[in-house]
Amino acid sequence: MKAVYFAWVRERIGRAEEELNPPPSVMTVADLVRWLSERGGVYAYAFEKPAAIRAALDRVHAPPEAKIAGAKEVAFFPPMTGG
Amino acid sequence: MATIRVQREDFEAGAEAERLTRGRAGVGAVVSFVGYCRDEGGRLAALELEHYPGMAEAEMTRVAEEAERRWPLLGLTAIHRYGRILPGERIVLVAVAAAHRGEAFAAAEMLMDYLKTRAPFWKRAVRADGVAEGWVEARRDDDRAAARWESDGG
Repeated sequence: MKAVYFAWVRERIGRAEEELNPPPSVMTVADLVRWLSERGGVYAYAFEKPAAIRAALDRVHAPPEAKIAGAKEVAFFPPMTGG
Repeated sequence: MATIRVQREDFEAGAEAERLTRGRAGVGAVVSFVGYCRDEGGRLAALELEHYPGMAEAEMTRVAEEAERRWPLLGLTAIHRYGRILPGERIVLVAVAAAHRGEAFAAAEMLMDYLKTRAPFWKRAVRADGVAEGWVEARRDDDRAAARWESDGG
């Protein structure tokens, strides 16, 4: 699946997008955050406070417990500050 | 029915609101809201607005559909800019047309409360002293404002 990052999540990771191939045991958005954090380095830094991260699956907001199966694009970003 | 636009360039707020009445003789009320970039007492030089292309439009459309589901609206326009925006410049517009003012006021307020907390835009402050800049933090008040609409069902 394609991962896209925005705002300070993008800056911390140091890239705007990449391809992810999580193992089958990674089933939810929260699992994916944990799996990415375990890579350490910039990922551990970006996801150090999982509660501060929002996610979307195929451009729809997704809670931590949302299943990632079938999603083509996952996005991680901080809480929105538009308007 | 809703007009949703995500764009770098400025918009004409008055013309956008006026357009909602054209050919719609049933319109008795238009409420429009324009959000501007403020200079924070001279400390802010500009805002840089980042957005999630594709999802920004999609989420604004979902929010507009939610407003249309709750109130009998006759027209709705929402425009959000991205990129570099200077103090005094417009950032966002919501304009709503309805038969009566009550639903137009309520829908415009819900739209803004939801856009702030759901539409994928992020502001970075560029400071006038050129020294520090940083991402604007989400405000708890905005979450509370949006949450009001969850319980009362409009």
